[in-house]
Amino acid sequence: MANGVHGAIMAMNVKELEALIKEAFPDATVEIQDLAGDGNHYSATVISSQFAGKSKIEQHKMVYSSLKGKMGNQLHALALKTKEKNGPAG
Amino acid sequence: MDQQVKDKIENEITNNEVCLFMKGTPEVPECGFSMAVTNILKLLEVNFKGVNVLADQSIREGIKVYSEWPTIPQLYVKKEFVGGCDIIKEMFENGELKKYLQDKNISHKQ
Repeated sequence: MANGVHGAIMAMNVKELEALIKEAFPDATVEIQDLAGDGNHYSATVISSQFAGKSKIEQHKMVYSSLKGKMGNQLHALALKTKEKNGPAG
Repeated sequence: MDQQVKDKIENEITNNEVCLFMKGTPEVPECGFSMAVTNILKLLEVNFKGVNVLADQSIREGIKVYSEWPTIPQLYVKKEFVGGCDIIKEMFENGELKKYLQDKNISHKQ
């Protein structure tokens, strides 16, 4: 896989992105679209009960921190939408 | 981030009620996300200052530390960080942005 190769791979595959988000939001529904096919431009919708009562900025910051510093570095663009998952059934 | 960079940033957001840290200029945006926000501000006829982070690497990195937000563009209104492209687009689409500008007494198209 791409990230198995040594060197500054400025890309991230869908699986890796989804895994990072799910690690921080175990209950989340995550939809990811690869916008450009270059592993660098994605759109993602994250629906989680953890967003309850949080402002949009806080919700987005929570997702960015789940990406452990990759946002803006390895990952150039992430068009993000966050929504609260209401109730345990979701 | 050193004090000089912080002062530069605070100077911009203090002296400009609506301040957009962006890639490029409002006339020639150099990134799709920056262009999207400038288009929204132009549509709403909001007067704003565009700060071209590509012209100053220290601001390009410093602003991300200042707001704890990892990407550009970043919109500030009366020194308050409003959001990046996703949030501004979402607020614009659901009418929240107009209401926000109203609440902040920022002149804009009705």
